[in-house]
Amino acid sequence: MNQVDDNDILVRVRDLHFQRGTRPIFSGANIDIQRGKITAIMGPSGTGKTTLLKLIGGQLKPTQGAIEFEGENIHQLSRSKLYKLRRKMGMLFQSGALLTDISVFDNVAYPIREHTNLPESLVHHLVLMKLQAVGLRGARHLMPNELSGGMARRVALARGIALDPTMIMYDEPFTGQDPISMGVLVQLIKLINDALGLTSVVVSHDVQETVSIADYIYLVSGGVVIEHGTPEQLNASTSEWVQQFMQGLADGPAHFHYPAETYLDDLQAGVK
Amino acid sequence: MVNPVQMLGRSALTFFERLGRAHLFLMDALWGFFSMVMRPRLLVQQLYSVGVLSFLIILISGLFVGMVLGLQGHYILSNFGAEETLGVLVAASLVRELGPVVAALLFSGRAGSALTAEIGLMKATEQLSGMEMMAVDPMRRIITPRLFAGILSMPLLAAIFSMMGILGGYFVGVGLLGVDEGAYWSQMQSKIDFSADIINGVIKSFVFGVVVTWIAVFEGYDSIPTSEGVSRATTRTVVHSAFAILGLDFVLTALMFG
Repeated sequence: MNQVDDNDILVRVRDLHFQRGTRPIFSGANIDIQRGKITAIMGPSGTGKTTLLKLIGGQLKPTQGAIEFEGENIHQLSRSKLYKLRRKMGMLFQSGALLTDISVFDNVAYPIREHTNLPESLVHHLVLMKLQAVGLRGARHLMPNELSGGMARRVALARGIALDPTMIMYDEPFTGQDPISMGVLVQLIKLINDALGLTSVVVSHDVQETVSIADYIYLVSGGVVIEHGTPEQLNASTSEWVQQFMQGLADGPAHFHYPAETYLDDLQAGVK
Repeated sequence: MVNPVQMLGRSALTFFERLGRAHLFLMDALWGFFSMVMRPRLLVQQLYSVGVLSFLIILISGLFVGMVLGLQGHYILSNFGAEETLGVLVAASLVRELGPVVAALLFSGRAGSALTAEIGLMKATEQLSGMEMMAVDPMRRIITPRLFAGILSMPLLAAIFSMMGILGGYFVGVGLLGVDEGAYWSQMQSKIDFSADIINGVIKSFVFGVVVTWIAVFEGYDSIPTSEGVSRATTRTVVHSAFAILGLDFVLTALMFG
């Protein structure tokens, strides 16, 4: 990683170990999230990218290692301090995670009403501003079940930035989107990051879209960081694994076939 | 092959581990009472959806149970020429046993299952995780108001059930079968004791309210976040609540009247 001033690091992940049951998900990952930048965490499905966001958000606890946000170890905070810290974080879930029994307007207003005592007229203005930013001011009366997947994520994004957080985390924002919605989301993430001076963490395996907006990329596989650098540095990487992932090749160091006996042995063994 | 003893041991460990988790969950939810007091609107909303929406089923069921009690009671009492004590039989059966027990069974089927399904689906659709990341504690915002709404609603619903049952017994006994109206009410008034019968019935329904709502919210919160997981959790709520109500009823009856 390029030399970065310590004060520029918003989130510092050190020697991260985490396991589900007996299956290790992370075994010594080190990641730095720079202030004001879009940092992408990329890697094949099932490598724990979403788990990493939950660890940063304090929803899961690492088995070893530390995660610091603005110098504070997230997992050593009391419950009330953790909830206070989370006001500085926004998170866009893959599903949107909108509250299904209230309208788009009320969803965006929800964190504002929960955490502030602002008069309703001001809440109204704030919500309209946030919805305007994601292009859905006109959809404020709709219910979540009336939204398309892309619209739901944009509403979730408006809700995520409702309290003007320091950092926003995106969990697979492009998955399952049509090209137009995907283009809109790519632009929005970049625009909102730059306009609001946010720090963004994008977890994704959509290489093209993520590379187009990321300032820095971490490639994660097998519980560790395989490679990291700017998009240009990764594209120029000589690592076969990096090239396989960045170019979406079916076979390479990451095998197409799940580990098994030889095909011939399997066929000759017959039905067991 | 897994040794049956190992299987038994594993099941026992799983059971006690879950029981311990359920108790910690209850303590946490009860602790949220103080923050709930600051926002009574949350409780009022849940009192409506848990209590008021269970009102109709309690009302109708109570009426029919009382009518059946009137019929059966009259049939048996008339063999001894004691039809005038029909009011006592109906009221005692209802306030001591049937009111708290049947109302709690109905409550677990109507409100308990709905609570589990609602919370389970919120978990499956990441709404609870979303709240956590919005710095809103789902225990305080979702669980505590529902738990207290159930605890407060249950004794009231049981009382309404008993009242409707007494009216049902009256319609059948006095209206249809010719029991003397004065005897029906006066016998009831003189033989039903406020503390021994009514207060004990209220205590029972309060205990059932705590247990049924606790089971319902815990099962939802602890459910596997898939459609099958939520479905199983909802079934468990109704089954476990029924066992808990009937088992506790025996224990409480033995303590109160034994």
